[in-house]
Amino acid sequence: MSHAKPNDPNLSPGSARIGLVLFVMYVLLYAGLIGIVLFRPELLSTRPFGGVNLAIAYGMGLIGAAFLLAIVYMIACRMVEGSPASRQAASSGGVRKKQHRD
Amino acid sequence: MLYETSPLAIAIFSVFVLSVIGLSFFLGRKGQSAQGYYAAHGEIHWFVNGIAFAGDYLSAASFLGICGMIAFYGYDGFLYSIGFLAGWVVALFVIAEPIKRLGKFTFADALDSQFNSPGIKLAVATSTLVVSIFYLIPQMVGAGDLISPLLGLPHTAGVVLVGVSVTLIVVTAGMVSTTWVQFIKGSLLVFFCGVLTVMILNRGLIVNAGGDAGVELKPQVKTICPDGMRLIDGEPQSKTHDLRPVGTIKSLPARYAGQASTGPLGPLAYLSAIEDSTIVTWSSKKHTDVQGVHTTYSPVERSGKDLLKPGGYFKGLTTGTLSDKLDFASLMLALFCGTASLPHILIRYYTVKDQAAARKSTVVGIAVIGAFYVLTLYLGLGAMVSGALDPTSSNMAAPLLAKTFSTTLFAIISAIAFTTVLGTVSGLIMAGSGAVAHDLVENYFQIPLSDHEKVRCGKIAAVGLGIVAMVLGVAFRNFNVSFLVGWAFNIAASANLPALVMLLFWPRTTKQGITAAVSVGMVSSLTWILLSADTFEKVYGWSREASIVPFSQPGLVTIPLGFVVLIVVSFLSPRPTQRTG
Repeated sequence: MSHAKPNDPNLSPGSARIGLVLFVMYVLLYAGLIGIVLFRPELLSTRPFGGVNLAIAYGMGLIGAAFLLAIVYMIACRMVEGSPASRQAASSGGVRKKQHRD
Repeated sequence: MLYETSPLAIAIFSVFVLSVIGLSFFLGRKGQSAQGYYAAHGEIHWFVNGIAFAGDYLSAASFLGICGMIAFYGYDGFLYSIGFLAGWVVALFVIAEPIKRLGKFTFADALDSQFNSPGIKLAVATSTLVVSIFYLIPQMVGAGDLISPLLGLPHTAGVVLVGVSVTLIVVTAGMVSTTWVQFIKGSLLVFFCGVLTVMILNRGLIVNAGGDAGVELKPQVKTICPDGMRLIDGEPQSKTHDLRPVGTIKSLPARYAGQASTGPLGPLAYLSAIEDSTIVTWSSKKHTDVQGVHTTYSPVERSGKDLLKPGGYFKGLTTGTLSDKLDFASLMLALFCGTASLPHILIRYYTVKDQAAARKSTVVGIAVIGAFYVLTLYLGLGAMVSGALDPTSSNMAAPLLAKTFSTTLFAIISAIAFTTVLGTVSGLIMAGSGAVAHDLVENYFQIPLSDHEKVRCGKIAAVGLGIVAMVLGVAFRNFNVSFLVGWAFNIAASANLPALVMLLFWPRTTKQGITAAVSVGMVSSLTWILLSADTFEKVYGWSREASIVPFSQPGLVTIPLGFVVLIVVSFLSPRPTQRTG
C-alpha cells in the first residue's frame, strides 16, 4: 500500500492501518469504562436504556463492540487486499524484503 | 463443605482423558517433522484454530474463578471478563498478522526476525519460560484442589493425573494434538455453559431457593483445631453436620409482589430483575484463639443495585485512596496488554497457513471467548441466588450451581473443569518446549540439530516441563495461587508487549533496545510484584503497610517503563542498517 513507509518492512499492506484505527476506537471505549469506574462511579447505577444499568450495558457493549469491530476489520481487510493496487504493493513489498536478505 | 464423590464425573472425565490421549497417539503415529511438532505443519483450519484459541485461553481461572467472583462479589468479576476479552482486540488489530508473518515456531522468532541477535533469543526465551511457569502453577494447583471435592482423590493425584495426561498429549503429536485437545475443550466448555445459562433463565429467580426449608439466615462458624480437626458450630464436621449452603434472594422486585418465583425470564429481564431484588450474600471473618482458627460466615442483605456495580471485590473503588484506584487501573491495563503477550497464545498463530487465516481465527476466537464471558455473568449471578454456594470456596460456584439442576449436569461441569486445565496446560508446556528446544538449544547455544533431533529435543523439554509443573503443583498446594495468573499477565505485558509494538511501528528500534526492554520489563514487573502489599500479606504473611511499592499491580508503571527503556537504549545504540532501505 502506498501509505506504508518504505523503511518499515513489517507493516502489512493496508490491514495495519485499518487495524490501528479500529484499535484506537476500542481503546477509547475501554478507557471510557475504566474512567467512569474510577471518576464517576455513580453513573454506573443509572439505567440509560431502561432495563439494565450502565455498568452491565457498557460491559456487554464492550464485548459486543470487540466482535463488531473484528467483523468490520475482516471485511475491510478483504476489500483492501482484493484491490489491484494492494496486490501490486504487496508484491513490491515482497521484492523489498528479499533485497534485505541479500 | 464436604462433597459427595460423583462416579459419573469420574466416568465422564476418564472417557474424555482416554479419548484425547488415544487421539494424540493416533495423530502422532506418523513420523514427525519439526514443522509438524511445533506448528502443526501450519495446516490447521482457521475455524478450528479459533475455537482452539478459546480452549487455550479459557483457563480454570476464567471458568471457575470468574463465576465464583461474580457469585460472591457481583459485578467486579465481570470486570475481569471485560479485561480478559479486551486483550484480544490488541491481538487481532496489532499482533496477529505481524507475528504470523515474522515468525516460524516461537515468539522469539518474530522479535528476532530482523536482527539475528543472541541477546534477544535469550531474553525472550527466558521471559517465555517465566510467564509459562507462573501460569502453570495456578493451573496445576487448581487441578489438585478440584480433584478432592469432585472426584474424591487426593490433591497429589489431581496434579499427577493432569501432568501425566498433558505430557502424553504434547509428546505424542506436539502442536497437532494440543490443538485438537483445545478445540474439543473449547467447544464443550462454551456449549455446556450455554446450556446451563438457558436453564438458569428458564428457572428465573426464586425467593429463598435451596430446598423446602430454604437457607437458614443465621451465622455459621467453622473451626480448624490445632490438631487439624474441623468443627462446624462447635461440633465435628461430617456429611450430616456440615456448613449450610448459602446465597439466596430475600425479596423479588415489586412487580412480582406476592409471588415466590418470577418464572422464565429473558436475558435482559433476568439482569434487571436481579438488580431490583434483595439478595443475601455471606461475609466471612477470621479470628484465632487457643482453640484454633475460627471463621464466621454471616448473612448480609444487599440490594441488587449494589451487587451490579463495581466495588464488591475492588473495595478501594468506593472507599479508597488514589493508590487503590491506580491499582485497579493497573490491573485493567495488564489484562488489556497481557493477552497478546502470552507465549502459549502467540504460538497458535504459527499453526495456520497465512496471515488471513491468522486474522480469521482471531475473529472466531473473539466471538467464542466473548460469548463465554457473557455467559459467565449469568452463571455467576445464577450461582449467587441458587441457594447452593459453598461459603468457603468461590471456585466451586459453577459446579454447585449445576448440581441444583441435576447431578448429571454437575458431573459434566466438573469433568469440564478438569478438561479446562488440560487444554491450557498443554498450550503452556508446548510454548515452554519451543522456547527450550528452538530458542535456547538450537538458536542461542547454536547446537546444530537435525529435523528429527529438534523434535526429540522438544519432546524431552516437554517431559521436563511436565515434571516441573507436577512438582510445583504439589509444592505450592497450600499457597494462595489465584493471583499468580494476574502476575503472569503483568510480566507478559511488561516484558513482551513494548518490544513487539515498537519493532512493528518504530523503524529506529535496535536489537539492544529489544533485549533491554524485554529484560527490564520482566525483572521490574517481577520485582514490583515481590515487593507489593498483596504479596507481603498473602505470600509472606507480613503486614501490608510494610510494602514499599505504592500499589500491588505493576503494569501501570512497568509497561510504560518497557517502552521508555527500549526508546532510550535504541537511541544509544547504532542505527539498525539492515532494517532501512
